[in-house]
Amino acid sequence: MKLLTGNDLPTGDVVWWTGNGWSRHIEDAVDVGVAGESILQAEEGARRVNVPYLIEATQTDEGPRPAHIKDRIRALGPTMRPDLTLKPADPNAGSWVI
Amino acid sequence: MYKYDEYDQAIVDQRVDEFRDQVRRRLSGELTEDQFKPLRLMNGLYLQLHAYMLRVAVPYGTLDGRQMRMLGHIARKYDRGYGHFTTRQNIQFNWIQLDQTPDILQELSTVEMHAIQTSGNCIRNISSDQFAGAASDEVADPRPWAELIRQWSTFHPEFTYLPRKFKICVIAADEDRAAMRLHDIGIGLHVRDGELGAKIFVGGGMGRTPMISHEIRDFVPADDLMSYLEACLRVYNRYGRRDNIYKARIKILLHEIGPDEYRRQVEEEFAAVKGLGLDPPRAELERITNHFGAPDFDQNASTELDRSDPDFAVWLDQNVKAHKQPGYAIVNISLKPIGGIPGDASADQIDVMADLGTRYSFDELRVTHAQNIVLPHVRIADLHAVWSALNDAGLAEANLDLISDIIACPGLDYCSLANARSIPLAQKIATRFGSLDRQRDLGELKLKISGCINACGHHHAGHIGILGVDKKGTENYQLSLGGSGAEDVSLAKITGPGFSEDGVVDAIERVTDRYLQVRETGERFLDTYRRVGFETFKEAIYG
Repeated sequence: MKLLTGNDLPTGDVVWWTGNGWSRHIEDAVDVGVAGESILQAEEGARRVNVPYLIEATQTDEGPRPAHIKDRIRALGPTMRPDLTLKPADPNAGSWVI
Repeated sequence: MYKYDEYDQAIVDQRVDEFRDQVRRRLSGELTEDQFKPLRLMNGLYLQLHAYMLRVAVPYGTLDGRQMRMLGHIARKYDRGYGHFTTRQNIQFNWIQLDQTPDILQELSTVEMHAIQTSGNCIRNISSDQFAGAASDEVADPRPWAELIRQWSTFHPEFTYLPRKFKICVIAADEDRAAMRLHDIGIGLHVRDGELGAKIFVGGGMGRTPMISHEIRDFVPADDLMSYLEACLRVYNRYGRRDNIYKARIKILLHEIGPDEYRRQVEEEFAAVKGLGLDPPRAELERITNHFGAPDFDQNASTELDRSDPDFAVWLDQNVKAHKQPGYAIVNISLKPIGGIPGDASADQIDVMADLGTRYSFDELRVTHAQNIVLPHVRIADLHAVWSALNDAGLAEANLDLISDIIACPGLDYCSLANARSIPLAQKIATRFGSLDRQRDLGELKLKISGCINACGHHHAGHIGILGVDKKGTENYQLSLGGSGAEDVSLAKITGPGFSEDGVVDAIERVTDRYLQVRETGERFLDTYRRVGFETFKEAIYG
């Protein structure tokens, strides 16, 4: 599957395309498929999100999992500071990244 | 310490207003990211993995308690309660919002701080010796010269769009505590026939093509220093490779045309610019120098010290260095707790260090390129009180220059350029070698980790260096040995095939075990490595 991601313009937060907007949670991301390029171009024009780009991912029971470690770290947060991730209460959240 | 005059303050204030307007136009959609990116980078604002990152300049690593407290305030109010001290003696905040950045810069300007020229193809923060003004081996205080160069290079109209970023270092001591020979220009102040001048080294650097600088001139009289630097930069600005980012640094220019030809051109340019009045009048230099006068030391300060507390005694031996003034000492605060994040300090810890600097060190602190903090002028009689306060704040790790005093870049946990994580590896290594007795038995051992080829973690200069790479989507770590950023400068040599994260920790242990087997009395790791050679250690690593 293909996901569209970028960083929110005013906050810099990592965001994921949900089909009708952007979410900070990768669980909300949808497969943009062949429409990815056109959505990307439209969103670049809208200037709400910085440098949007497409990535490869796989669907898992826990939701989409980016193919590259960099995007998995972006999706969760820094691996050595669980308190700063999107799942601060989950001590095993980092295992999803590695 | 230098205090802004009305010109310094005006240009910083104007820049805040200018950037506030640029941010407004970006947020309104008036500017595209392509248009805005060079503007934000000129103000030290990057976009990293999770957020914007703001790099705040700490000129030559010197700051006062008020400025340090402001950094704690920024961390607490605008970030997530901490800051990261960098190998360029600056500080970075990792969780900054674009819409709040003008307010942050506004607040910084009230304590004479900014983020100007902490990014982009310009002359970056001038670095220097963190023991300046306190070290017994210096011929002069390098900071007035670093400040002069800061003023000369700030918004220098010719050098705002150089072929690539440009880093200058000034030291004035025999011992190189600032990796001077690994800078684009390294300036070593020294005295010849009673006259102060500078030895000029050009073309050093790390990155993907590490090089040690070449000596371009043995002695430039101090009065001519700015003209000479102008000449050095002009030749680079004219011939530096703007067509290829990987060949754009001055080290590549020197490599391609040779140091002799570069020197010839600099001397020719110097002859042309020397008469243009670029060097400041003596009165201006004296004005700057007067800001860096020696503190009002107690000439009768006691040299007595009670070492009966064993933990305090270990910290004294490892983290406290001799001061040129009897009765005083230099305190090094390690930001490398075992298992912690190298260079990070919480807002509360920043406040503690600020208060200690104000109370015990004539209101002065320094940031080191090894990502630690220095209190440069502490009375020996106050050392126990300082240690106690640091201990209470989790800042009394007694590991300066030991294997757990690791330099590490932010790596893939934060950096958009990185290929592998640096911080978790640093934590694993420090934990593996966590016993202080073991670390002290190993002695001075400088371990440096970079998460990509850009070498922000100075791995080329590590006695043991580690470079993280991306191997088919998996983190992999190359090990190298024998580097040094000190006066015995050398570049580390890659040992062979890389390792997994756990594998490289094991490999380091095989290296240190071999060192313990073959070292001779009094040898540091680097001394032994140089004596017995690379192959001895390679055999230990790979069998």
